[in-house]
Amino acid sequence: MWFPRLASNRVLRGCPSEAPFALIHKEANAERLYCLNDAAHSLGLYRGMNLADARALCPDLRSRPARPDLDARFLDVLRRWAMRYCPWVGREGADGLVLDVTGSAHLWGGEAAMLEDMRAVMARTGVALRLGVGATRGAAWARAHYGEDADLAQLPVAALRIGAETVTALQRLGLRSIGAVQGAARAPLARRFGPELLLRLDQAMGAVPEPITPEAEPPQYATRMTLPEPIGLVADVMGVTQRLLEPLCAKLRAQHMGARRLLLTLRRVDQASQQVDLRLAAPMRDTARILPLFQRGIDTIEAGFGIDMIRLEAVLVEPLAVQQIGHVDHGNDRLNDLITRIGTRIGLENIQRFQPADSHIPEHSFLIVPAAHSPSASGWHAPRPRPITLFPPEPIMAKGAEPPARFRWRRMSFSTGRAVGPERIAPEWWFENPAWASGLRDYWKVDTREGRRLWLFYTPQSPGWYVHGEFA
Amino acid sequence: MARAGAIWVREAWLAGQLLPQGAMTYLDPTNLLVARPNSQTDALAVAEEALKDGALPFVVLEITRPLNLREGRRLQLAAKAGGTTGLCIIPEGMGSNAAETRWRATPVFDPMREDSTLMRWEIIKNKTGTVGVWYVHWDPQTNRLHVVPPVGLQPGSAGLPE
Repeated sequence: MWFPRLASNRVLRGCPSEAPFALIHKEANAERLYCLNDAAHSLGLYRGMNLADARALCPDLRSRPARPDLDARFLDVLRRWAMRYCPWVGREGADGLVLDVTGSAHLWGGEAAMLEDMRAVMARTGVALRLGVGATRGAAWARAHYGEDADLAQLPVAALRIGAETVTALQRLGLRSIGAVQGAARAPLARRFGPELLLRLDQAMGAVPEPITPEAEPPQYATRMTLPEPIGLVADVMGVTQRLLEPLCAKLRAQHMGARRLLLTLRRVDQASQQVDLRLAAPMRDTARILPLFQRGIDTIEAGFGIDMIRLEAVLVEPLAVQQIGHVDHGNDRLNDLITRIGTRIGLENIQRFQPADSHIPEHSFLIVPAAHSPSASGWHAPRPRPITLFPPEPIMAKGAEPPARFRWRRMSFSTGRAVGPERIAPEWWFENPAWASGLRDYWKVDTREGRRLWLFYTPQSPGWYVHGEFA
Repeated sequence: MARAGAIWVREAWLAGQLLPQGAMTYLDPTNLLVARPNSQTDALAVAEEALKDGALPFVVLEITRPLNLREGRRLQLAAKAGGTTGLCIIPEGMGSNAAETRWRATPVFDPMREDSTLMRWEIIKNKTGTVGVWYVHWDPQTNRLHVVPPVGLQPGSAGLPE
């Protein structure tokens, strides 16, 4: 199957028009025609032509930028459509499909009927189609591109899928058709053109096999169930969810994947649909563990007149290797379940854990990371005593480099019982940090006679005293 | 406490935070989770869920408005179901009637030791016993609390500070 105007057909399906039309692709700093429709072709334009030249020939040419990525997706859609004819469908270049119809043509009443059906469907769809049938892949390609019912030996040498230079050189030698090349002596041809030409020739003739690589469908992690009678009880919905989860989890297990985010869509009798979004703290594929996590989401569903269709989809999956069951406890699984349950209420990113960071600035000596997406990290160390709570620095009235004997903080008055320090911490000059714009800090641990143990600092470069934290 | 984990439930708008390097004397920050719910209702729900589950044996909840009897009782029942310890940090005078015990912890100045963590722990409500006062000191070497005599009554001191 060859789609000679795949790209322009794709665009023109959205806005049908008989006027000359072309898609433009920028190559080597020049805008060139990438694909054009029949009207433009009949005016003498051709693929690869400069856009300025084309405009000179055809002033009312309509053009659009080409989107090769969308073309590839459209070809993929066509590939899936072609699987109705046979299960063995592969791509052929950027604008063709190759089908191995051996053994499936009789289902359509013979090859001719099958081709007729393909042509009819594509004509309705508005996509130009050229078909070629052959005993080999090369022969089918040659017929699709250079004459559908022609004898292979009569076709020009370009039908052998060889480069333009080789074609020109062969024509100069007087070898204009495939039959002529076949009749020529092989050794001089191989010496002159390399193995490529003879390989293509043998592939077209069937002397060398050329397999078709069918593309595997990406696994779809979704299940659904349509119910004959609408349901409305929470227990019933949970039951259906369980029956949907089981095949989904079996599929995930077969693919060695785990679901990270599940979406349960419930359609009501009145066509309104509601969704339950479940984000998991760890990839999972265990029905018994996932099901209870849906409880909270399903409780909030408004059933109305009843639910008659439920669809469950794993929106986000992650690889999850099979793990050996050992004597170790499953505390981690329980913890992940708990994080998921709490996460459905307050958001998964609001459950955090600490990770050590490499900085001597107290505020930057740790990272706060979402617990669901990062492992717990050890390696904590504190060479000097640190307060247990830290707050933004709160200024106090005091003078001098020594800790004040008396001070007021948060409308309470304190007298210093013992001061330990100073510990000088310099700002990280390689970072712009407005909080440390006041320069060096001399930290003191001040035990007040009133009992509170505070972490004070003095900034010698712009004198002032601040309270930064509190010890236990 | 060294091996087990804990979850600290603290509303997101509260300023100030736990410094893991400071907390590591008392518990390993590796196993510490922090939940930042948006409102106290969410905070209570998180605390109840964590208490009931029992995956983490220790739950700390900071509240900003008094608990009513129903909320306090639910937390109490959840803790019983999960076999976990819940600790609710309350502002002065906001205790819940459902609590099993209520303590007032105040730091005390200790003239003897530089790295002191001396505190006065006063039990001001106890459903199953009497109230009392202890002076306690954390020993970082053994990870244990030591009950010590009050300042001023220790050997070598002059008298009560007041």
